Amino acid sequence: MKIEWIEGRTLDGKVPPGPLHQKWQYFKDHQKLVAPNNKRKLEIIVVGTGLAGGSAAAALGELGYQVKCFTFHDSPRRAHSIAAQGGINAAKNYQNDGDTIFRLFYDTIKGGDYRSREANVYRLAEISLQIIDHCVAIGVPFAREYGGYLANRSFGGVQVQRTFYAKGQTGQQLLLGVYQSLNRQIARGTVTMYNRHELVDIVIIDGQARGIIVRNLLTGQLERHGAHAVVLATGGYGNIYYLSTNAMGSNVSAAWKAVRRGALMANPCFVQIHPTCIPESGEYQSKLTLMSESLRNDGRVWVPKKMDDVLAIRNKQKNPRDIPPEDRDYFLERMYPAFGNLVPRDVAARAIKKVCDEGRGVNATSRAVFLDFEDAIIRYGKSEASLRGITNPDPHTIRQLGKEVIKAKYGNLFQMYEKITGVNPYEQPMTIYPAVHYTMGGLWVDYELQTNIPGLFALGECNFSDHGANRLGASALMQGLADGFFIIPYTISHYLADKIRLPKTDTNHPAFDEAEERARQRFEKLLSIQGDQPVEYFHRQLGKIMWNYAGISRTAESLLQAAENIRTLREEFWKNVFIPGKIDELNPELDKANRVADFLELGELIAIDAYHRNESCGGHFREEYQTPDGEPLRNDDQYAYVAAWEWTDTSKPPILHKEPLVFENVKPSTRSYK
Amino acid sequence: MKLTLKIWRQKNAQDKGHFETYEVDAHEDMSFLEMLDVLNERLIRQKKDPIAFDYDCREGICGACSMVINGKPHGPLPGTTTCQLHMRHFKDGDTIWVEPFRAAAFPVIKDLMVDRSAFERIMQAGGYISVNTGSAPEANSIPVPKPIADKAFDAAACIGCGACVAACPNGAAMLFVAAKISHLGLLPHGQPERYIRARKMVERMYLEGFGNCTNIGACEAECPKEISLEHIARMNRWFAKASLIETEEA
Repeated sequence: MKIEWIEGRTLDGKVPPGPLHQKWQYFKDHQKLVAPNNKRKLEIIVVGTGLAGGSAAAALGELGYQVKCFTFHDSPRRAHSIAAQGGINAAKNYQNDGDTIFRLFYDTIKGGDYRSREANVYRLAEISLQIIDHCVAIGVPFAREYGGYLANRSFGGVQVQRTFYAKGQTGQQLLLGVYQSLNRQIARGTVTMYNRHELVDIVIIDGQARGIIVRNLLTGQLERHGAHAVVLATGGYGNIYYLSTNAMGSNVSAAWKAVRRGALMANPCFVQIHPTCIPESGEYQSKLTLMSESLRNDGRVWVPKKMDDVLAIRNKQKNPRDIPPEDRDYFLERMYPAFGNLVPRDVAARAIKKVCDEGRGVNATSRAVFLDFEDAIIRYGKSEASLRGITNPDPHTIRQLGKEVIKAKYGNLFQMYEKITGVNPYEQPMTIYPAVHYTMGGLWVDYELQTNIPGLFALGECNFSDHGANRLGASALMQGLADGFFIIPYTISHYLADKIRLPKTDTNHPAFDEAEERARQRFEKLLSIQGDQPVEYFHRQLGKIMWNYAGISRTAESLLQAAENIRTLREEFWKNVFIPGKIDELNPELDKANRVADFLELGELIAIDAYHRNESCGGHFREEYQTPDGEPLRNDDQYAYVAAWEWTDTSKPPILHKEPLVFENVKPSTRSYK
Repeated sequence: MKLTLKIWRQKNAQDKGHFETYEVDAHEDMSFLEMLDVLNERLIRQKKDPIAFDYDCREGICGACSMVINGKPHGPLPGTTTCQLHMRHFKDGDTIWVEPFRAAAFPVIKDLMVDRSAFERIMQAGGYISVNTGSAPEANSIPVPKPIADKAFDAAACIGCGACVAACPNGAAMLFVAAKISHLGLLPHGQPERYIRARKMVERMYLEGFGNCTNIGACEAECPKEISLEHIARMNRWFAKASLIETEEA
């Protein structure tokens, strides 16, 4: 058993010339534009209606393009951006605490462990200011101070307060803002919305993306849609781990169809494992629920120092409240005094795994640590008592007042925790454990967010561009909105300016016949297998392989095992999956099978990518490459590049193209949060 | 725990539909939907048609899940979506009745899955602030008093699930529509279109076949996000004012 690949070419990220802070301006000053009368003649397909896709469709509609927008949900508002909890970053420096665009850029590059493209990240930090302005204007009810001005809080990996939020429902409020803007364009007729339609193939004509094939999920009918450009904003692939904080429907299929048509998948092994999720409770578990990183502003992470206490807590003979402070190990504060509980996600996740591997996990499965709010409740209680002029408050009053403050900040999260676990987190510490949350890897795009296929763009989590090997908290929402509202409207016009004489796509073109036929055959094949195991079985097995062999930490050996097991499972899937129902009707099992079939290919590529990258960086932790005290050991001499994989035929080894990462403005150093 | 489920099965919108009985063995830490997943996996292994229902985030925020459980949209717990309802709230030996959201404006697609696209059309009628990307002023240039921002947020917490419609004997969508009108109309940024928005959205609501409000309050009681009836009062006020303004302008 071995892993093989073929060396490919060097990729050009098309970064504009000039100093870092003038590159985006340079692009805008020199790009080609499309006049309003021509915009009306140009069609753009946008797939996905989360923050990136929804904002792109709305902004492009506002400009007057003819936009067709697709989602597999029954409404654009259901996209999984809705579930983002904690917040969105912007370098507004409203707190006067030393924040600047450069600092947001620097934090993001460093947080990503020096595996992202400088120019993209700088542009993201620049645009962050406009995002907040625009979101307020479209009606996003961000948290405010009593004076009526916007409030901020901290997130991991930074030393300033730059995160804007709406309780623990920031993603919901931003997505609803985007959805409103999208609805306005649907009403104006610039955007035609196709709900319950899923992309099943991408049509390439003369080397350019010119359309898509979709399945109407209610009728099973395949439909053809043509355009002058196709924009994918279809999210990440974290659901490949079966248990993740992704929604049940989140999938890689649109991006994977692009890969099968020749697009490149970049850094697929960069998967973010979020440290604070509600631990698994049983085999029937369908997904895991995140507890926002914002909770680490006030929650302290700990396990008991003594094994006796650990065992007593597991056996419910002891209440964690009764463990005295000196017998608690606040291990993040101990290991990383400078950042404490607010270290980046990858660092926190590994530390939690480490103490659990030492046997100090605090629940029956020994896979959980405490996230404790008691100190914050007391601290806020005292401060609130003082604000209300209560002198010498008794402990009960202090706790009551403190709980009110915590409720105002995190009420919905605490409520969600209690609903899922049946435990009241105001009285007992939460138990948490890491889970797959976000994928930094994705389709390779250049500075213009265009894949290597002309006319095919990728936005948001679907692309790889901004977060390197680890994403900082509250940056996903920022990137989705930057890409959709403020970048694609510029870069797509640069592309379309040359297409104004190109007639509307003829959906009777043989390329459409071929793509539709390929999709039909695939669905027929899936239904014809009539084996013994439901799709869920294969997804669950795949998830176990991914988590055990390509999860929080990996080794060359575990990755070889992963690749082998996935290949075996994939063969079994195509021989033994059972899908009920018919092709030309509502058939959610068939849709699921189609998605899992793609995950079964991507999984192998993740293993290959992780195997090839002989270093540890960000979320990619190879046990062979670590410092004596267990921190990731990067290898900048050999791996300071984006690994962009071409894999149109999974029966052959993939081709590895490389985009060198050049750091002109920051010096890659060993990340230290100590 | 052993449970008897009486689940509504309906092939499509034309089918009359009927209840079918299933015995399941559930664990108290399962969510209601995980319990249905286990049942569906069993049905698939028996080569039978699994039960169709909408779901996605399973965190109570996307609004995809629906269903009426023992006569209540999203089941017995206040402020809880079906996906966040856990089996520990039921007892061993219970019989549970599961039906789709029932309303004239929400035709059944299959089993427990309904068509809520009427909500989309209401939102498209005016549920937005007309501002183009690029024209916003600096975010802090317009302060919003905290109580107003908080009230707007409470209204904006609506997840668009449709439980209010399913709970209402009149099949009214007033709470859903009022939540959006209130959210946007309360904020200074949404003021210019406050009245026209109320008029357009309410008119569309009637066109879609939703009923009228008779102040029963079932919508508020069953809303998984506990959205207040107060918003309906505000909507009515603004809608009335919209008619006056129009008369004056005419």
